Amino acid sequence: MKNASATARELGLVSCEDCHQLSRLPELPPRRSLACPRCSAPLHLRKPNSLSRTWALIIASAIFYIPANVLPMTVTTHLGSQQTDTIISGVIHFMETGSFGIALIIFIASIMVPLMKLLILAGLLLSVHCRAHWRPKDRTRLYRLTESIGRWSMVDIYVITIMVALVKMGALADVDAGPAAFYFAAVVVMTMFAVQSFDPRLIWDGLEEQHE
Amino acid sequence: MACHQCDLVQQIPPVPDRAAARCPRCEAVLFRTRVNTIDRTLAWTIASLVLYCVAVSFPFLTLNISGIERQTSLLTGIVEIYQQGLVWVAILVLVTCVVVPFMQMMGLLYVFLPLKFGQSFELSKLVFRLFQHMQPWSMMEVFMLSILVALVKLSDMAMIIPGLAVFAFALLIFSLAFAVSSVDPHQVWAHLDDRR
Repeated sequence: MKNASATARELGLVSCEDCHQLSRLPELPPRRSLACPRCSAPLHLRKPNSLSRTWALIIASAIFYIPANVLPMTVTTHLGSQQTDTIISGVIHFMETGSFGIALIIFIASIMVPLMKLLILAGLLLSVHCRAHWRPKDRTRLYRLTESIGRWSMVDIYVITIMVALVKMGALADVDAGPAAFYFAAVVVMTMFAVQSFDPRLIWDGLEEQHE
Repeated sequence: MACHQCDLVQQIPPVPDRAAARCPRCEAVLFRTRVNTIDRTLAWTIASLVLYCVAVSFPFLTLNISGIERQTSLLTGIVEIYQQGLVWVAILVLVTCVVVPFMQMMGLLYVFLPLKFGQSFELSKLVFRLFQHMQPWSMMEVFMLSILVALVKLSDMAMIIPGLAVFAFALLIFSLAFAVSSVDPHQVWAHLDDRR
């Protein structure tokens, strides 16, 4: 690493988000949006409206997270008796019947991961707002973590899909999806968009202003 | 080149084959060098395409409750969800497990076949950009875990016989993952840049 390290923005360069080509930023901001000369993707110094977009998506998912947990996820009919399960009661049911592995998978994928994602992203956003200098490397690491674990929350949605599609035998055995399935799917999709709209470079911008 | 996660500009020394370059400031992986990127990607993509056809068209799971059997394939399952009124969930599953993987394979073929013969199509750059944006939405491995969970969930209620498609699907996950990981975006962009 060179001693005189600088960011692309300080050097008047902009890095393409799609092909990572560096281009020189024109002196006067043009009226039209810039495009990468190599791959013609739109160029931005930072992702546009990153903070407000991410906030909006996080708040929306936090609201949807409530019905996703309160409303029933599945309605199971087995030999005439009916049973409705929310996410939590499903986990508890598995604990009681001894399938700890499954209980753990569902608990981590459906409860821990979405909650952690929301908390981490909210924390990152707050830290950017306060221009915190606190361990930017670890904060970037947290961001990468939310990026990679998010997809695994889809497990519960897929499980319901498989069960609903497979178990269709009238009174003998029948599984129906509850209203929570929609809210939960919405939470997963919105948090994925939230992660994508957050720009980790903002974490490092706070440090730069200190140097100058 | 600038780090895409912290915007630090840096000179990249020559990186040996099969190694990853990391940003010195935030430790993000800048890129990984790949060997034979074009040939390997093409081979894995074509293998994936064959497995994909099997996974989509053959019966997926068979459910057996006291002698009564019920068979589903990937697509009839999604249609079932759709008919139950869970339109958005059905679309989500369709997109993440059927459409996106297919488009990934098609995109790879579209970009890499001409590259193999030293050419590129008009839309190659656009297609490759789309391919890069699609990656987070391909969730077949998550689906596989869900199949296992569903199997255990239903085990006290019924017997489930996995069909040919499940095995094809499991293999497909690996071959598509290999195809995607043998793509070297830096080489691809450099190639695409030369041709124009």
